[in-house]
Amino acid sequence: MAEQHHDEHVTHPFHLVDPSPWPLVASLAAGLLAAGTAMWMNGFTIGDLPIGAKTAALGLLGVLFVMWMWWRDVIKEAVVQKAHSPVAKIGLRYGMALFIASEVMFFVAFFWAYFAAAFYPTEATGFVWPPQGVHTFDPFDVPFIMTLILLLSGTTVTWAHHALIEGKNKDAAKALAITVGLGVLFTCFQVYEYSHAHFGFNDGTIEGRDIYASTFFMATGFHGLHVLIGTIFLAVCYFRTLKGHFTATSHFGFEAAAWYWHFVDVVWLFLFISIYWWGSAGAVAGH
Amino acid sequence: MSHDHKPGFFTRWFCSTNHKDIGTLYIIFALCAGIIGGLFSVMMRAELHEPGVQYLVAADEAAGVKGGLLGAAERMAQDALTMDSSAKVDARGLPTDNGQRDGQLWNVLITAHGLIMVFFVVMPALIGGFGNWFVPLMIGAPDMAFPRLNNISFWLMIPAFALLVCSALVGVGAGTGWTIYPPLSSRLGQDGMSVDMAIFALHLAGISSILGAANFITTIFNMRAPGMTLHRMPLFAWAMLVTAFLLLLSVPVLGGAITMLLTDRNFGTAFFDPAGGGDPILFQHLFWFFGHPEVYIMILPAFGIISHIVSTFSRKPIFGYLGMAYAMVAIGVVGFVVWAHHMYTTGLSVNTRAYFTAATLIIAVPTGVKIFSWIATMWGGSLRFTTPMLWAIGFIFLFTLGGVTGVVLANGGMDLALHDTYYVVAHFHYVLSLGAVFAIFAGWYYWIGKMSGRQYPEFWGKVHFFTTFIGVNLIFFPQHFLGLQGMPRRYIDYPDAYAYWNQISSIGAYIAFASSLLFVLIAIYTLKWGKKVEANYWGDGATTLEWTVASPPPFHTFNTQPVIKGDGQH
Repeated sequence: MAEQHHDEHVTHPFHLVDPSPWPLVASLAAGLLAAGTAMWMNGFTIGDLPIGAKTAALGLLGVLFVMWMWWRDVIKEAVVQKAHSPVAKIGLRYGMALFIASEVMFFVAFFWAYFAAAFYPTEATGFVWPPQGVHTFDPFDVPFIMTLILLLSGTTVTWAHHALIEGKNKDAAKALAITVGLGVLFTCFQVYEYSHAHFGFNDGTIEGRDIYASTFFMATGFHGLHVLIGTIFLAVCYFRTLKGHFTATSHFGFEAAAWYWHFVDVVWLFLFISIYWWGSAGAVAGH
Repeated sequence: MSHDHKPGFFTRWFCSTNHKDIGTLYIIFALCAGIIGGLFSVMMRAELHEPGVQYLVAADEAAGVKGGLLGAAERMAQDALTMDSSAKVDARGLPTDNGQRDGQLWNVLITAHGLIMVFFVVMPALIGGFGNWFVPLMIGAPDMAFPRLNNISFWLMIPAFALLVCSALVGVGAGTGWTIYPPLSSRLGQDGMSVDMAIFALHLAGISSILGAANFITTIFNMRAPGMTLHRMPLFAWAMLVTAFLLLLSVPVLGGAITMLLTDRNFGTAFFDPAGGGDPILFQHLFWFFGHPEVYIMILPAFGIISHIVSTFSRKPIFGYLGMAYAMVAIGVVGFVVWAHHMYTTGLSVNTRAYFTAATLIIAVPTGVKIFSWIATMWGGSLRFTTPMLWAIGFIFLFTLGGVTGVVLANGGMDLALHDTYYVVAHFHYVLSLGAVFAIFAGWYYWIGKMSGRQYPEFWGKVHFFTTFIGVNLIFFPQHFLGLQGMPRRYIDYPDAYAYWNQISSIGAYIAFASSLLFVLIAIYTLKWGKKVEANYWGDGATTLEWTVASPPPFHTFNTQPVIKGDGQH
């Protein structure tokens, strides 16, 4: 804003952001994270010193630190400086929608891998799907509960939205708290499920590498990561609601979190239908 | 307070939220990366100058032979300075190797050259550089929609590039080709850290691209000046809009693919390992689902630039404006459903190959619309053959040539014979090196006066154009013959029968590289001693909004947005 104040003749409605150190710091931290992870995965040492994990941890801390500072700045611009004009808010909406579109394409890669393996089973899987010897989860056991949890959380987040629109911030906070709780509950169930998996990384009913475990853990794992991110996003919105950052007409931070949460929810529905349900036909553990 | 208040040096260049400064950073970065990537290609051509292996030989301590990139570079420099080849012949007078040939080093060179040119030269120059500079100016916007994201898109390129260059220097390097196909890129194919570093380099560059894409789309949809409807928007902005959609939807798929490659290499997954039920062909599908839109990502911004230049120097509005815009949309859409034409030899069924052949050939239609519209724009125009116009005409001529060989290769039947030969190398260098890179130079000469306030020297610009034109055609035209004769790509050596055209090709590479060095001198001269220019130094033909602001433009432009009336803009 400072720069705009210098200029008396600004009539456009957009938000020109002040210079910021965070992009530079974030990039360097991301570079450390990447380089450190590469070193860690390959057991790289300097002398006898394995520096990979430490470098990666430093990079990760840096990335998290920047996330905190950067979004703190964004919130300041929105709440204190009132820099987000109506037209700037439309821009933020475009940005979030496009980001989610790119996320969808990220998941397309993993679904592609899954369906390629499931539609064209090979000798290694005994020409069937799920592969011979793989005991899949019963979709209508824990996974179904997880589905219900996410669907329920979709309704509570909508409750929060309507409460905000009607200016009932206390109700909104309550609904958001329930949504965050459901998100955490989902993650707990996923941890439980992973620790009881009868395939792949766990107790290896198939020798060595296994495409079922690969696709299952990659797709559900990245989904789980997104649930975690979405939960944190909603938790931030909970605290912002308590602080009174949101008004009946202006609460895009919340809406972005809600959109993201619905996206995570829809990905889960595809996972549930195609991997847990369709992909387990005839080979359900314990049946 | 002055209208042109700029922050201090560190804040201005390292913490920037200004689209023009970030664009400048991108252009400087692309130039530096281009010299490195160009050096790698000269090293390859030097090695292929004669049959046998002269330079890329493994270290041999007993014989005092240095290995690796540096050893090879040293030997090349020595030969270049003495103007004398160190090629050996055996007792029968036939060429022979200078030592133990290092094929991995060759592979590292082609990989680094390809990845650098695609991700760190063409994309940063066209999208980050010219896109950043001119999309906001052309649509009358004060800046990009997300200025901070804009800056992280740039700065992520630095660690990405560092990781990529380091991957070539540690261990045995990443010798996978830019396509990083498993099993060559698996642990089985290449152990060590290099491939993982290259993968992470692509992750970072990919994040940069996705954020940049969202930024461009939002800017174009949300920040156009009042009255500038999409159908009045300049073609370069249209090109960037389509490009940004391609990036947004294709790059994440590459991200997923290389993530799976990473876990296959390091965490025991089996995505691309047939022993575990996976499939290496899956990687090719995922890669080319990204890779084919990627080639349009590199050429669409070039299309936009060429449209502006041809229109300006014909002093006519572009012929068939709407057709030009929607041709790019069509290329973008169809570009998503043609990817397997890169995979005709992988055992696709006949039906699949028939579909991908047909779909690919269809792309020639909107591309033809563009070529003929450029020619129709020039037809009856009052033409001025300035340096940017020469590059633009060179682009039209050479891109058409590359497009025509593309139509040849699009046929599944033909491609079975030509796949992985130098014919393919010639084809894609005609559309990229002689297409996209020509457009970069065209854009540079067209806009450098606008960006810097100083004009390039016309005579030397033309010398640069003609030497490059001769050089690159000498490199790549003979490669059509080599390919048709069956010379395989991605190999360090060749039978003596291919020697003649390889020598011509290498001589072309030296000319082209010398010409690039001339460009560096021209750029320095321009920035330091170039003649100062006014706002619209091209005159009547230049009608887009960037010509209404000073050269160089003030730090913040369009504090009040212009109002666009009528259809006179493009």
